[in-house]
Amino acid sequence: MVMIPDSSTAQTMTTSIANVLVTERNEILQEWMHQQLSLETMRADLISEADLRTESDRFLEVLARAMQSGNFSDIRAPEYKPVLEVLDRFSRSRGLQGFTPSETATFVFSFKQPLFNALRKSGDKDPAEQIENIWAANLLIDKLGLYTTEVYQQSREEVIRRQQEEMLELSTPVVQIWEGILALPLIGTLDSARTSVMMETLLQTIVETRSQLAIIDITGVPTVDTLVAQHLLKTVAAARLTGADCLISGIRPQIAQTMVHLQIDLSEVTTKATLAEALRFALKRSGRTIQSEISRE
Amino acid sequence: MDRIPILRMGDFLLVTIQVDMHDQLASALQDDLTSKIAEAKAKGILIDISSLDIVDSFIGRMLANTSAMARVLGAEAVVVGMQPAVAITLVELGLNLSGVHTALDVEKGMEMLRNRIGIPELGNTDVRF
Repeated sequence: MVMIPDSSTAQTMTTSIANVLVTERNEILQEWMHQQLSLETMRADLISEADLRTESDRFLEVLARAMQSGNFSDIRAPEYKPVLEVLDRFSRSRGLQGFTPSETATFVFSFKQPLFNALRKSGDKDPAEQIENIWAANLLIDKLGLYTTEVYQQSREEVIRRQQEEMLELSTPVVQIWEGILALPLIGTLDSARTSVMMETLLQTIVETRSQLAIIDITGVPTVDTLVAQHLLKTVAAARLTGADCLISGIRPQIAQTMVHLQIDLSEVTTKATLAEALRFALKRSGRTIQSEISRE
Repeated sequence: MDRIPILRMGDFLLVTIQVDMHDQLASALQDDLTSKIAEAKAKGILIDISSLDIVDSFIGRMLANTSAMARVLGAEAVVVGMQPAVAITLVELGLNLSGVHTALDVEKGMEMLRNRIGIPELGNTDVRF
């Protein structure tokens, strides 16, 4: 039979657990350290015993204080803020050090054994009440352990997001291939996020280098559908407004066919099959010719 | 109410827009520009918007309309100095301003006008009417 505590028994329950944490703190800490060190998941290579002891002690301290409030189930309430902060820091640093999420959560879960032992010895003579205490403590520690997993996930996701941003920036380089002529070699699919980055970088570079021509080469773009075409044309229009004309080059025969079938309007933009053709056109447009030197024997 | 000053440089007129344009200011500018084009028999106008870091559809339309008016009067118009963020905003708003010539700055704008109109470099002071 599972007993659901009502608020008055909840009050006595939590305060008695909280008291145990305070009065038996050193013993609990000892036992918990022993527990953690004996686990396979104790990564002695990644963390020293002294550091582990400090972390554990800190956790006990804030947990005891939080539990004295009588709240026991809502770990998002203000009294648990210090506990969550400790777990937050703990989980993030473990993640960075290379611990797996399970290894990290074990820090919290391994606390159950010493806590239950302490509760058992604390002299609550009524076994039913003892069981309630232990069960409530169990639920609480489960929540805290799961919290560390959540934080771990979040920090990994932040790393991935940051890496994605860096990749986006790296993947849209704007290169000056001649005075006043820029080239934008696109590799990969063009989505709206990438288009924004591309537009900003291109326009910024046009202004900085005072270029009048930009060649967008799409040899590396696998497919061109109406959306991709829209993104390209938007970029061309924006560049034009800033004062530079755009050419699109690197159009493969299939892409040419697709574009016409999709009735994409290219009347506003000059297109060339290859980057070389586009460069020749751009040089001519800016009044330059290339002459080969004929060496005499 | 302030009016936007119009400078004359040879055969060209230069307008620098530095403040937020509201209805009255915009129509006053268009009045002034059209009269001045006719009066000075200007061949080209340069509209410098390099100080504007926010542009909305109203200004977009104003620029397009002013260019069209100038063209009707026989002058070419070039909008210069559009900031990247502004260009992106206009394009996202769907305002391509396709009838409007654009250039990077006043210098390039003048070069463009000279090329289009076929006027030689300044310094060659032919007698004008």
